[in-house]
Amino acid sequence: MFSLIRTAWDIFLHAFRRRVTIQYPEVKSYIPPRWRGRIILSRDPDGGERCVACYLCAAACPVDCIALQAAEDEYGRRYPAFFRINFSRCIFCGYCEEACPTYAIQLTPDYEMCEYTRQPLVYEKEDLLIDGTGKYHDYNYYKVAGLTIKDKGKGEAGNEAPPVDVRSLMP
Amino acid sequence: MNSIVIPLVIIAGVLLALTTISAGLIWLERRLLALWQDRYGPNRVGPFGLLQVLADMIKIFSKEDWIPPFADKPVFVLAPAIIMITVFMAFTVIPFTPGIQVVDLNIGLLFFLAMSALGVYSVVLAGWASNSKYALLGGMRAAAQMVSYEVFMGLSLMGVVMLAGSFNIRDIVEAQRGLWFCIPQFPGLVIFFIAGVAETHRLPFDLPEAENELVAGFHAEYSGIKFGMFFVGEYLGMTLISALITTLFFGGWLGPVLPPVVWFLLKTFIFICLFILLRASYPRPRFDQLMALGWKVMLPAALLNLAVTGGILLAAG
Repeated sequence: MFSLIRTAWDIFLHAFRRRVTIQYPEVKSYIPPRWRGRIILSRDPDGGERCVACYLCAAACPVDCIALQAAEDEYGRRYPAFFRINFSRCIFCGYCEEACPTYAIQLTPDYEMCEYTRQPLVYEKEDLLIDGTGKYHDYNYYKVAGLTIKDKGKGEAGNEAPPVDVRSLMP
Repeated sequence: MNSIVIPLVIIAGVLLALTTISAGLIWLERRLLALWQDRYGPNRVGPFGLLQVLADMIKIFSKEDWIPPFADKPVFVLAPAIIMITVFMAFTVIPFTPGIQVVDLNIGLLFFLAMSALGVYSVVLAGWASNSKYALLGGMRAAAQMVSYEVFMGLSLMGVVMLAGSFNIRDIVEAQRGLWFCIPQFPGLVIFFIAGVAETHRLPFDLPEAENELVAGFHAEYSGIKFGMFFVGEYLGMTLISALITTLFFGGWLGPVLPPVVWFLLKTFIFICLFILLRASYPRPRFDQLMALGWKVMLPAALLNLAVTGGILLAAG
């Protein structure tokens, strides 16, 4: 009997506690930098597109929300002719970011992307592509992997080391 | 002329005030529950979220009013009306102030008990007419619970009747000029309060509608305005019990300085808040625990209170 009254009294005292609610549109909670939010396509430090249209993100996507078409420019460098993410399907799992070999596709701490209809949630390449480098400022895929230029294979030009044989087991 | 117009005005005023209050209670309950759960509750629609009431009303009026094809139609439609009618009828005998009372019945208290007993029909018929398992279980529970709590609800009030020497609620209030009955009749107050919570099937005694066992119990099949009527009926019942506790145990409109109606509303408001605090605090008991509490603890306690009060009154002459 006493414990019942004590319970009610303790609950009553909660009226004077601090509220835990965050009044969302006016006050926003802290979002960590590695938050998995809106997906972007980043550029390398020189301003070129990082994406090499390898389809690994589309293959990794569990809900098949990524669609793209590979193309090659005159130097044989691959790039996506179109790159489309349907955010009404996306579950923000981040598998595409994990799969990406060039750090091109990245998830950002932006989560405010509500729409009244579904169509605006389909983002095209120009919506996804940003001007910056995203989370990896100095990374340039071709400076690491090398690039075949006219008459010279990878590692054959001046000041270049031969490419690492990734299939070798030797140290 | 005046003898016709004034009662009509009072009736209309009481009806309007009660429906407004019961709608406002939806907002009050949500805000208070939030307050006691470290939240804010509805605070977006209008000042302090007060227009939430209006939004809820628009929503519930515009919802589809659906009658399941397997339901017993006439009874299904009748059931929500019964709870509204009985609760409104019970309010007629409550004296809000010396001047504002719909009808000054000699048997006011008995009339209230009769009306709250009739209210059981609403819940039972709703459970039966819905023709579904959960609704029937809810209706069965409601019948058992309300019939057993009805018994000592009446008995707990007999102490007050003995002290006042009248069933007339106005006389009972007048008899409290010297001392509110909450002091000499404290056991009666506690028993009546618990019985009142069970009668209005509010938490912790909301077993007839226990959401997590019976979906919504007796009103599981109801939607739209019919569900709204059960909802409003529940809030009205809560207001009715609070108003009765005020009139029978806390001196009704009596109080210094402030006008009588303010005292009445203030006291009633405090008890409504207490009802909501109970909901915020206690878990729901098992059904056998509820019945055991009613028959093994509350009924003997009410009888003991009755006997002791009677004995003291006889001894005092």
